[in-house]
Amino acid sequence: MSREETAESARDEGDPLLSVRNLQTVFHTDRETIRAVDDVSFDVYPGETVGIVGESGSGKSVTARSIMGLVDSPGEVLPESSIRFNGQELTAFSDAEYREVRGSGIGMVFQDPQQSLNPVYTIGNQIREALEINRDITGAQATKEATKLLESVGIPDAKRRLDEHPHEFSGGMRQRAVIAMMLACEPDLLIADEPTTALDVTIQAQILDLLKDLQEERNLAILFITHDMGVIADISDRVNVMYAGQIVEKASVENLFERPEHPYTRALIESIPGEHSRGEGLNTIEGEVPTPNAPADHCRFAPRCPQAFGACDKMAPQHIDVGETVEHTAACLLYPEDKAEGERLKHHRALAGGDDVKTEVSNDE
Amino acid sequence: MNSGIEQPEQTAQLGETLIEVENLKKHYGGGGMFESSSVKAVDGVSFSIQRGETLGLVGESGCGKSTLGRTLVRLEEATEGTISFDGTDITTLSGDELKTWRRNAQMVFQDPESSLNDRMTVGEIIREPLDAHDWKTKTERQERVLDLLTSVGLREEHYYRYPHQFSGGQRQRVGIARALALEPEFLVLDEPVSALDVSVQAKIITLLEDLQEEFDLTYLFIAHDLAVVRHICDRVAVMYLGKMMEISDTEAVYADAHNPYTRSLLSAIPHPDPSTSSHRITLPGTPPSPRDPPTGCQFSTRCPAKIRPEGYKHVDEAVWDAIERFREVVRERSRMSLSTVDRLKRQLGSFSAYDDIDETVTDLFGDLDVPTDVSEHIETAAGLVKEGRPADARDHLNDTFNGACDLKRPDFHPVGEHNHMSYCHRHESDYEDVTPVITRRTSDS
Repeated sequence: MSREETAESARDEGDPLLSVRNLQTVFHTDRETIRAVDDVSFDVYPGETVGIVGESGSGKSVTARSIMGLVDSPGEVLPESSIRFNGQELTAFSDAEYREVRGSGIGMVFQDPQQSLNPVYTIGNQIREALEINRDITGAQATKEATKLLESVGIPDAKRRLDEHPHEFSGGMRQRAVIAMMLACEPDLLIADEPTTALDVTIQAQILDLLKDLQEERNLAILFITHDMGVIADISDRVNVMYAGQIVEKASVENLFERPEHPYTRALIESIPGEHSRGEGLNTIEGEVPTPNAPADHCRFAPRCPQAFGACDKMAPQHIDVGETVEHTAACLLYPEDKAEGERLKHHRALAGGDDVKTEVSNDE
Repeated sequence: MNSGIEQPEQTAQLGETLIEVENLKKHYGGGGMFESSSVKAVDGVSFSIQRGETLGLVGESGCGKSTLGRTLVRLEEATEGTISFDGTDITTLSGDELKTWRRNAQMVFQDPESSLNDRMTVGEIIREPLDAHDWKTKTERQERVLDLLTSVGLREEHYYRYPHQFSGGQRQRVGIARALALEPEFLVLDEPVSALDVSVQAKIITLLEDLQEEFDLTYLFIAHDLAVVRHICDRVAVMYLGKMMEISDTEAVYADAHNPYTRSLLSAIPHPDPSTSSHRITLPGTPPSPRDPPTGCQFSTRCPAKIRPEGYKHVDEAVWDAIERFREVVRERSRMSLSTVDRLKRQLGSFSAYDDIDETVTDLFGDLDVPTDVSEHIETAAGLVKEGRPADARDHLNDTFNGACDLKRPDFHPVGEHNHMSYCHRHESDYEDVTPVITRRTSDS
């Protein structure tokens, strides 16, 4: 209830902080072009947490890296894509301009904190470096600020900890240190790519609490990427479910778990071994996530979908409004639910602009 | 949901004890004169596994659960204690006897990437244990491998493929087939699904359940994912810092956990349901080093239900939290050794490297209303730290604030039906029970 309201009220307050439209990231290989991210669009508003959830290979991390401008050859963000952050078009940025954004506007936290820290410098050194480069704070002032940052991420005895090296920190503390480093740049948006996946549950709980506190204190927008439905339910206001490079369902977190509409989301939620005890049997999804190497002229989930019908292989589903209160859409030919099959297909074709699908689908009931 | 009543049927039939572990210890290092104290990975655990059941073993990383699993199949030598398998103590087996026994107990590893040899075909990998044990004739081995491939849901033509041609889930199936090759009775599954996606995870779990039924297997299922454990296990044991904290039937542990650690662990699992605003107990800090575990209860440094000493009952929660945090800081400092220069300075009384402890004290206690009988001791300790004697400061704090939990190891108390056991001082009649304490202490935060 309350989280839905926050999700909505954040949206009323004007423009999105990050607006991704038609994002397409491809990887060129000798044999084929892999469409790791294929026409993904979503918004992040100030102060809210947007989750992206999906299995490995669904393109969620590539989405994050595309936003950060970290896609290198043979990967390419196609020119039709648009990523607007604070009103600026990031896709047009040069490397130097991008570095500027990464240093101030957008911070990123990765799964493995060890990779974001240099093992031969002390934690203090690394935070002070971030302060110097991004905010021109040096000397005693920097040490003071670094202590404050380390305290703000909940590291006890912060002043002494500044002089320690990353190996002297435990996994959870290292992740805290990385978050402190990221905060040194005073970002508006934090992209967290599986930040708690490598941690134990009790430490994961600490980090999730920390992120929520920081968000409240600093009105930070968070784009949270994970494969864990439990974590998504805990931290996000709104969720995008990704499958094979595409977003298949968008909803507020309550709606997503209460009324999942896309067959994939339903299957995913049902396969979590949650509150069930022994003997109840787990629902599984047959088959594997496909590699998205062909253009999306069909529904990529169709081969594994229990509700697939003839047209699913022939036309690409569009996002259809399925919710009552806040924005809730699913890309599936089963919707709009109240219409007959022929009507539904026409609706999708009209949304796609008509020229997307050439095959005429027969109008059977 | 409440299938707690149905489960015992299955185990009752197969009822007898397969594995009986008594006071098992596994310590690493610490033997030589110059070595520091040993790492106590497993520090005295006793439990039994019934034939045909799945015992879940959960805990955070570093709690010793994998070491325990490896010791049970003799991949590690036990330091102390006995493991009796079907009546024979396997810790003393050697030579041919050991080799013959090994057929009975196999292991499936977490990471299917690294536990399969990339230069062998899948067929060779699964056949290797058969070859090593000279199992029947060559053609029979071949047939056995093909059988195994089908029982784990792979196809016969996969025999000649290499591991890298498979997905994570399929590789884990290969690992399972290899473990099953010699028809073992007992399998240690060390985080077999942790590296897999949810949808693949569900398939492997289903496979393991089917295989258990088909071949009458007994499982020790090691995992840190408590949801998976709830799904697959008949009984669950919870470990922390080398010690078993609680053991009972799965539903009893999940629905009615008695141990403060189990309760914190369960409350920390994020629920895939945003409408439950379940009460989360966030534990402070990280587990202490197994090289230097607390003298009392292993969990005492982070416990939300820790027993306070007589005479400090009037002190409120926030102040106690601050005291515990301060003790942690001092403990950390007492572990660091001073440089020669600093030691010299300490002799001369001009030592100043630790003056920043005052800042920590202000941070922790600044906003609180600290009673004088607490603040005087904090000041004494801070003074000792500043003089460069953090070890003395630690001792001073210990003398003042130690309660039962810091001073002695708890016993393993029976706390309910189905041999529900829990390792905590609070089960003694002298102390208040766990539940009201946790509810009271965590409600105001």
